[in-house]
Amino acid sequence: MSTTLSPVAYDGKIEGNVIFTQLDAAINWMRSHSLWPMPMGLACCAIELMAASSSRFDISRFGAEVMRFSPRQADVMIVAGTVTYKMALAVKRIWDQMPEPKWCIAMGACASSGGMYRSYAVLQGIDHLIPVDVYVSGCPPRPEALLDGLMKLQAKIMKEHSVTEQKKELLENL
Amino acid sequence: MTCEDAVKKLREAFPDSIHEETQFRGETTLRIAKSSLRDICLHARDRMGFDYLVDISSVDHFGQEPRYEMVYELYSLRNEFHLRLKTEVSEDDNTAPTVSDIWPTADWHEREVYDLMGIRFIDHPDLRRILMWEGYPYHPLRKDFPLEGKTTDLPGVAFSEPAPLAGGPFVTIPTDGTTQVREPRARHAGEIPSPEKFLAEP
Repeated sequence: MSTTLSPVAYDGKIEGNVIFTQLDAAINWMRSHSLWPMPMGLACCAIELMAASSSRFDISRFGAEVMRFSPRQADVMIVAGTVTYKMALAVKRIWDQMPEPKWCIAMGACASSGGMYRSYAVLQGIDHLIPVDVYVSGCPPRPEALLDGLMKLQAKIMKEHSVTEQKKELLENL
Repeated sequence: MTCEDAVKKLREAFPDSIHEETQFRGETTLRIAKSSLRDICLHARDRMGFDYLVDISSVDHFGQEPRYEMVYELYSLRNEFHLRLKTEVSEDDNTAPTVSDIWPTADWHEREVYDLMGIRFIDHPDLRRILMWEGYPYHPLRKDFPLEGKTTDLPGVAFSEPAPLAGGPFVTIPTDGTTQVREPRARHAGEIPSPEKFLAEP
């Protein structure tokens, strides 16, 4: 799983605009550069998330500017803020509505571990409910930190074996 | 009308129901009987111009009887003065009359008191929990409820676990290590980073 797939190869002997690549690498390349986020803004981290998507930091440089408020159109859920138990049920429900493949970024201390809210009302990290791919530290993290987390997620996606792992059933039936 | 006039008139109108009057730094507090709470509130709103209910809160005097206390903070926008009403709620009875038909804002305030303190409001139009989810078995602001919470087991509905407090909500281990080393609840993915490398303070 840890082998990095070579994304692209160019053969100079062939005329024209032809490149060779592996299917996994091509799929991963496309997926990682058009991550449509589901902005799960629950607290002050959402303000930084908004800043990250605005012109100064401009998350669209990484292909993740299309904030989708419908989970059915989203690829990555950015949990930004304090997850109370009451809200956790809604977060889980929205996560379940997102189509595969999907990823999750826990943005900030609260979403990662409950943060400073050691209390009866707060879920101690969203990873108790949904699988998290990238944790971004900070309270709240600066937009650069979120962009770094997004780039880490892109690097993670590039290492996935999309066809063999996710289309296992299809391959067996061939 | 000043606050003194209002209190004087209120005491004349309800001589038996107002038990005690306290003055503290210009704030007037009346301790009243629960049975005449609605009458006093209606009178205060209609005859004395208390057209604004600022807040409703509740106090848990755990270990004493009566255990609970309701606090109503009234304000007159017309005359610009406050009045605080307090009434006692016993643990066995555990109910109070609603004032949500007198001041509509009381609806959510009373739902919050019901959610967190467990006092039920008679004739409230919509007495549901407001902060915790419906079906949560505890009332967290009671003194006998631990700060870290309790395990809730409602399969398929919701769950909650005690939060890792490690002695208190804000604690650190006194060492000269990093913030990761000082934090007793930190979860480590690998080895703890060496203090030289990630020193938080110079």
